[in-house]
Amino acid sequence: MKILVCISKTPDTTAKIAFTDNNKKFAADGVQWIINPYDEWYALVRAIELKEKDASVVLHLITVAGADSDPIIRKALALGGDEAIRVNADSHDSFYIAAQIAAVAKQGGYDLVFTGKETIDYNGSSVGGMVAELLDLPYISLATKFELSGTTATVTRETEGGEETDEAMLPIVVSCQKGMAEQRIPNMKGIMSARTKPLKVVEPAAVDPLTTIVSFELPPAKAGVKLVSADDPAELIRLLHEEAKLI
Amino acid sequence: MSVLVFIDHSDGHVKKASLEALSYGAAIAAKSGTKAEAILLGTVTEDLSALGKYGVKKIYQVKNESLNKLDAQVYTKIIAEAISSTGAKIIVFSHNLSGKAIAPRLSAKLKAGLVAGAVALPDTGNGFVVKKNVFSGKAFANISISSDIKIISINPNSYSIVTGEGSAEVADLPVNIEPYKVKTVSASKASGEVLLTEAEIVVSGGRGLKGPENWGMVEELAKLLHAATACSRPVADAHWRPHNEHVGQTGIAIAPNLYIAIGISGAIQHLAGVNRSKVIVVINKDPEAPFFKAADYGIVGDAFEVVPKIIEAVKKLKGVA
Repeated sequence: MKILVCISKTPDTTAKIAFTDNNKKFAADGVQWIINPYDEWYALVRAIELKEKDASVVLHLITVAGADSDPIIRKALALGGDEAIRVNADSHDSFYIAAQIAAVAKQGGYDLVFTGKETIDYNGSSVGGMVAELLDLPYISLATKFELSGTTATVTRETEGGEETDEAMLPIVVSCQKGMAEQRIPNMKGIMSARTKPLKVVEPAAVDPLTTIVSFELPPAKAGVKLVSADDPAELIRLLHEEAKLI
Repeated sequence: MSVLVFIDHSDGHVKKASLEALSYGAAIAAKSGTKAEAILLGTVTEDLSALGKYGVKKIYQVKNESLNKLDAQVYTKIIAEAISSTGAKIIVFSHNLSGKAIAPRLSAKLKAGLVAGAVALPDTGNGFVVKKNVFSGKAFANISISSDIKIISINPNSYSIVTGEGSAEVADLPVNIEPYKVKTVSASKASGEVLLTEAEIVVSGGRGLKGPENWGMVEELAKLLHAATACSRPVADAHWRPHNEHVGQTGIAIAPNLYIAIGISGAIQHLAGVNRSKVIVVINKDPEAPFFKAADYGIVGDAFEVVPKIIEAVKKLKGVA
């Protein structure tokens, strides 16, 4: 049983979002980087739980990024996993990233590929589905529960206004969200062992990206809150009706 | 060179998000001097030709009930065939759960660039550039698609439905349907309520409401406004409300026209899920609550006193006794 967990580096959830270079680049100065929360708290931790339950599970992490992602990979390895693979490339194109992951996954013969439901920076929710298509595998997105019985996966996922439980034979690709597992903090033993775990750097496959970022924009600033007195809440309804014309 | 819009449906009805996608696709077609067509897999109870009023000329339907349950892998193959037979170059989805499942697969299959979560019509002045939300609603990116076939998924509630005149030709699309590899063993769904991701108005409660027993007024206000109900993370974590109501960074991201937050302080992670709302109303007894900085209207006051008065005012406005 081999599991591949895809991880990505993102700015911390509280990071200030600003741009430089004529709004062409994210202003990374002073930004605290984290493992994309969906990749870490849900995909990676659930995979670690599967390995804890069955010691024969081989757990690999993969990221498509430059060497500046190595601290994030070590942090992920401190939580768990046997080794990490970094495809040495920098891209914001989901297809390019998915094609790199698919190339590694194909070679590695993984039974299960986990991703987070989206990254909190580019919010594409795209890489998992693309990897699945490139590997011609089923893809179950937005999973909140994952159980394994032999080679059959039982996955509960979010639907619009509800949930459903699906069954599929491995190999499959699953995107993970809240509910899959609980957030963990790496312990000292994990941090020490992460230092010596293999981090393989591989060169990217030849793939042409399909999209490029032309520029960034910040949303227009809010005009400021219009406060209504707590003694006259009906005034709020009047404003929403007559001024905002929303009710 | 046509535009092809994917029509999503459930329980026999075309989803509102797909009407937005149809209007969006029709606008792109008009802008580029081509026609908009659509594809629907499965069956619906309504008359499909009536969707012509949203600007599509022709709807290809694979009229087979077995397709009423979406399977992205099978759907992708069928849509790819339709694209090749119709020669469509711009493919439009809603960025709802169905779109998130199919569009990336189709993108990888056709090597067609995807902008997932678009918020505006493409700019075709210099190439093909589409604006989308990034950094969880804190910024936008303008993305250029370089491939011959282009795929856009439009964020729900980002593009208004445009209704005109016209009727669409409905054509059967004969295809070979492969067996599904994912089997659904059970499904549950809240029925009769307004879908959170499609709701134009959302009424949301936080820890300030003190306990699940106090949600009656949230539900009453939501019902009066034909709104969906939502909650903050601590509320879902404490099981006061179901997880499918949790909006925020780790929950569902929404973009209603009006978001009414009651007893929610507005942590940055909560804002990441609701900051695309067009108008935000905050009711909180703490004047220092960070949410007021992101709000358009606010009341500093005790929710238990303020909300019942708001309900009375809405009843009066709507003429409900």
